[in-house]
Amino acid sequence: MIRADSLSKNYGAIKAVDGISFAIEPGEVVGLLGPNGAGKTTTMRMCVGYLAPTSGSVEIHGFDLATRTQAARKTFGYLPEGAPLWGEMTPRAFLDFIADVRELRGAQREARIEEVAALLQLHPVFDQRIETLSKGFRRRVGLAQAILHDPPVLLLDEPTDGLDPNQKHEVRELIRGMSSDKIVVISTHILEEVEAVCSRAIIIAAGRIVADDSPAALAARSEAGRLDEVFRSITTGRKR
Amino acid sequence: MRPVWTIARRELRAYFATPVAYVFIVIFVALSGVFTFYLGNFFEREQADLTPFFGFHPWLHLVLAPAVSMRLWAEERQSGSVELLMCLPIAAWQAVLGKFLAAWCFIAAALALTFPTWITVNYLGDPDNGVILAAYFGSLLMAGAYLAIGACISAACRSQVVAFVTTVVVCFAFLLAGFPLVLDAFAGWAPQVLVDVIGSLGFLTHFNAISKGVLDARDVLYFLLVIAAFLYANAIVLDLGRGN
Repeated sequence: MIRADSLSKNYGAIKAVDGISFAIEPGEVVGLLGPNGAGKTTTMRMCVGYLAPTSGSVEIHGFDLATRTQAARKTFGYLPEGAPLWGEMTPRAFLDFIADVRELRGAQREARIEEVAALLQLHPVFDQRIETLSKGFRRRVGLAQAILHDPPVLLLDEPTDGLDPNQKHEVRELIRGMSSDKIVVISTHILEEVEAVCSRAIIIAAGRIVADDSPAALAARSEAGRLDEVFRSITTGRKR
Repeated sequence: MRPVWTIARRELRAYFATPVAYVFIVIFVALSGVFTFYLGNFFEREQADLTPFFGFHPWLHLVLAPAVSMRLWAEERQSGSVELLMCLPIAAWQAVLGKFLAAWCFIAAALALTFPTWITVNYLGDPDNGVILAAYFGSLLMAGAYLAIGACISAACRSQVVAFVTTVVVCFAFLLAGFPLVLDAFAGWAPQVLVDVIGSLGFLTHFNAISKGVLDARDVLYFLLVIAAFLYANAIVLDLGRGN
């Protein structure tokens, strides 16, 4: 369960996020949608505690993020925007480090690293330095890091950005495959992705939630039943 | 403490993943030798001690310790990996301490590799090895203080170059805090108490005492307090960063 309660973030006079509230239950795959600059990444960063909100609060898995920060962080995996990594490490050393931080021990630890590496097909580059890898591999190393400890909550900021169509498909399959009892929140501006994997879409524009519904119900709001038309009309305030 | 070591290990490996670490160590060892034997007139003094060797350490560390500390946070902020690090279940103080310890171990390794100088002086004469050990300890403490200052400044910078230059200037002020160069800037307007306090903050005064073999708890405590204060400031700087 993730509960965000009237989250706001001001940068000086600019209101990047302006009173966002939502509650997400296990089993939901939520797409955080919006045009660039709408506040998706800022919202995501407040949900993981990287940014302190100007006002409002976040609760993840029953832990208040402001007071039980470390306990809350143990329950989620997070892929930051752009999948930043330590370029001088190899994926093997990197996942080893993450396993240490996530306190994976014993046989389970090796098995899990192996499993995740296989799942994201990292084996061909497992001993190459991350800075020499292609964008697609880097993104997958970032994903591997997020799912390594099999967290009940996953927050992924633009998980398929920079991937080719095949890789996008694989990542979407991966998200679909593990979402039955988990919470997955992905931020994206790719509408087909929302239709492909999400059970719920929260559309943000100018720092506010302007729509919160299932992708099918949202699409049905347009005469042609197209999500992109609905998205355009909601986020620009114009009728087609 | 376990996360602290996890961070420190990763950080230490990062140093040695690039040629930077090896270049640094070679330069450190070479320069300390050059200073000792040419500028310090090691042979001409005809004394079996390492005074000329340790005499240059405050200046050597002044330039080289900021080069070690500059990347600690600035590099992570530049690449964005700081977001990944800070969203792991690691407290800020654990990350701060881990990174600092990695940098300190690195300098300790460089210091340890100057052992041929120590062997030389023992071969040539009969020095007081207790004094030498105390001086090594003092040198390491002083390097730690430089690194803590540098780590804190690195956390406030996105650019490693800015972090380096700022750190050198701040460390220089701390190094010479007991000397007119720094004191005169305060003597005109500040109350005498403040001038005295600043005067007592000089690294050089405290280091010189230790390097003479006088291992006074107050000098040791002084460096440890400087380290603790700047690491605490480092954590605060990181927390302030969460606001924007």
